[in-house]
Amino acid sequence: MEIGLPHYLSLAAILFTIGVFGIFLNRKNVIVILMSVELMLLAVNINLVAFSSFLGDLTGQIFALLILTVAAAEAAIGLAIVVVYYRNRGSIAVDDINLMKG
Amino acid sequence: MPPALAIYAPIFPEIFLALAAMALLMYGVFGGDRESEVPGWLAVLILAATGALVLMQAPGAVQLFDGAVIVDDFARFMKLLILGGSGFALILSFDYLRDAKILKFEFPVIALLSTVGMMLMASANNLISLYMALELQSLALYVLCAFRRDSVLSAEAGLKYFVLGALSSGLLLYGCSLVYGFTGTMSFAGIASVLQTSGSNIGLVFGLVFILCGVAFKLSAVPFHMWTPDVYQGAPTPVTAFLAAAPKVAAFAMLIRLVEDAFPAVATDWKQIVIAVSVGSMLLGAFAAIGQTNIKRLMAYSSIGHVGYALVGIAAGTPEGVKGVMIYLAIYVVMTLGTFACILAMRRKGGHVEDIAELSGLSRHQPMLAFMLAMLLFSMAGIPPLAGFFAKYFVFTAAIQAGLFWLAVLGVLTSVVSTFYYLAIISKMYFQEPAANFEPMPGKLRFVLAVTGVITLFLFIPINLLVTAAEAAARSLF
Repeated sequence: MEIGLPHYLSLAAILFTIGVFGIFLNRKNVIVILMSVELMLLAVNINLVAFSSFLGDLTGQIFALLILTVAAAEAAIGLAIVVVYYRNRGSIAVDDINLMKG
Repeated sequence: MPPALAIYAPIFPEIFLALAAMALLMYGVFGGDRESEVPGWLAVLILAATGALVLMQAPGAVQLFDGAVIVDDFARFMKLLILGGSGFALILSFDYLRDAKILKFEFPVIALLSTVGMMLMASANNLISLYMALELQSLALYVLCAFRRDSVLSAEAGLKYFVLGALSSGLLLYGCSLVYGFTGTMSFAGIASVLQTSGSNIGLVFGLVFILCGVAFKLSAVPFHMWTPDVYQGAPTPVTAFLAAAPKVAAFAMLIRLVEDAFPAVATDWKQIVIAVSVGSMLLGAFAAIGQTNIKRLMAYSSIGHVGYALVGIAAGTPEGVKGVMIYLAIYVVMTLGTFACILAMRRKGGHVEDIAELSGLSRHQPMLAFMLAMLLFSMAGIPPLAGFFAKYFVFTAAIQAGLFWLAVLGVLTSVVSTFYYLAIISKMYFQEPAANFEPMPGKLRFVLAVTGVITLFLFIPINLLVTAAEAAARSLF
């Protein structure tokens, strides 16, 4: 079977959906949310690289590289905020993030 | 300037601001002076200098870096608003930061870096520069929200803002990847020309919806507003003031350029979404604020409502609409900063208070502060001849000219409802038994309140200047 563009797009869509659901359904741990965010960004990268390869246009791959660097910075800042939160609250359970009701 | 560098002159304000922020960081690290106002004042000076650089540029549009960045009258107008909003928010921050024992040099540095991101958002002309600018702004803001490290509320605000902000960036990126895949280009002009010839298709509409969801998150528009009240309440108050003013302008600038430059051919598609989001924001901003007891939460709902009114101008999709949005944003920034100056003045011996009930009888002790706050709140409600009336007037007339009568009527009705909770605060200040006295207002807050108050009260005299400037800036987009 030939692996074509629709396969890559489906894979990216599935990964992206898992990432979004990971953020909303997860009730246990903030670290899992960080992983879900990462999963979403990587799903986007699959999309971009697949489109870039099938369009014969390099821009998508450049964008993917930039997203990788931004994702690293985002993870660093996210972990830093999680550490600050843990020091104050003594827990990083998602159910405990409820001092303010939104 | 050497001739090889002269082509970068249009982007010089951003380069200057970024380099100055790094120089300020070095000064902070090696200056040794830990608790000092000097870095903050230097940052205000840097912002003023950047504003002067923006003002000195010749009118007209220039594209740089293979079309990734565009500098035109629209971008310049928005950049001046952003710089003004950031600068005044920094002036508001000193006294609070000293009280909270977080008067550190990192604060102005991070605020400056965030401002660079906002300025680039106003200039972004392809999907890559749009995303990079947005992330530069957001990452800095996440840190600012969690800046009060010993406060669990501040950390929680930072965490919530980070998680939902990262989610919204993910949505926006997924949309960008789909738009890129279905048009084959990243540049706004390229996307527009592809859409002109080939028309829209389902994949592209999907991408557009995802991008608009991501932008709506950043704007805190319904249905992506849930983070706003919590983050506004939990973040340190000067950060809330910062967050409420300049980033909103930047997000609007980005949205306007995106829909007007990249997606004019599918205007019917995005207009539906913008109208739905606008209606939701106006309704929620009017009704959800009524039961609030914390003034920062109330400001959050009020800002959601204001975003809804400003989106009415984008929904019109005409030069008049964009002009209305720009006037709205200019006036909104002024009113918000003034109101936050008043909120920061709510200070007793034990620290800052945030309950609306604490404002009871303010008119007996501090009649001037009560009067200014009352005028700012009347202005937010849109009572003529205060500035807020003109803000609403221009977006609603643009909507009527574009045939969206019902949207303008709904806007007027919801602003009548929102008047209710603004009036509730004013009646507390004037007709209730006084609560304990506030500490005297620090000079910096007085200065910001005086500037914003005078603009709010007397803008009706030079309103034509603002209208002409906004009109010229809006024309550069069409």
